Amino acid sequence: MAAPVCMEYRIEGNNFMVAGTASNNIKNTLKMLGIQSDVCRRAAVIAYEAEINLVIHANGGILKAVISEYKLEISTEDEGPGIPNIDQAMTEGYTTASNQAREMGFGAGMGLPNIKRNSDLFEIESTPGVGTKLISTVFFNK
Amino acid sequence: MNLKELAELINAEVITSDRDLSEITVPFAYACDLMSDVLAFCSPGSLLLTGLTNIQIVRTAQMLDLPAVVFVRGKIPLEETVNLAKESGIPVLLSKYSLYEVCGRLYAAGVKPSYVPQPREA
Repeated sequence: MAAPVCMEYRIEGNNFMVAGTASNNIKNTLKMLGIQSDVCRRAAVIAYEAEINLVIHANGGILKAVISEYKLEISTEDEGPGIPNIDQAMTEGYTTASNQAREMGFGAGMGLPNIKRNSDLFEIESTPGVGTKLISTVFFNK
Repeated sequence: MNLKELAELINAEVITSDRDLSEITVPFAYACDLMSDVLAFCSPGSLLLTGLTNIQIVRTAQMLDLPAVVFVRGKIPLEETVNLAKESGIPVLLSKYSLYEVCGRLYAAGVKPSYVPQPREA
């Protein structure tokens, strides 16, 4: 079995100019590895929404992608304010995004639901005042 | 329809493209100012029509491999938006028409709506 490909990025909080650069790198790497295009697309949405969440809500954090033979795992870890009520945050339309984020076309309350919808496995763990961890897994051959 | 014909149809100014627009086919279009909705509902190959002009619009198009972006209502994109579009080879079109009128013209000319997918089965 080939060694997994790992990519790790430190995402800067509130910097919309570079937001998405890391996700684009992840997407391009998947394409380069010849991963099927619907998986690349789902991965791009997951990574990008997760990255935008770090930018908007968490004052930055770590975005990681691990590509192994049969699956891709995208995860984030931040030391942001945390999510007091995850069920609420998972509801389409619910948002706490800033006006700046909304002006950029985000903050529609679709981020986490979009990530879940595109994931085969989805885990989120958050402690207010400590931070949030998210792991999304996509299998290559379903 | 190809992008060259489409640009004529909406009287669009084409910026940021060194590609032959007649070689880019646009079967579908999706009109929206919410990028998360674009990420959720826009089908592959769709043209994106929007009134927002910030850099994240092009980033979204790049993520989804969208063929081109149309900025409506005569909005002028920010410099960083144009730069990223150039860098990523995504043609940007500027139309003075409203979003509704651009949609109407394209729809009447046979450009199909982007298929809105149902939520994936758990």
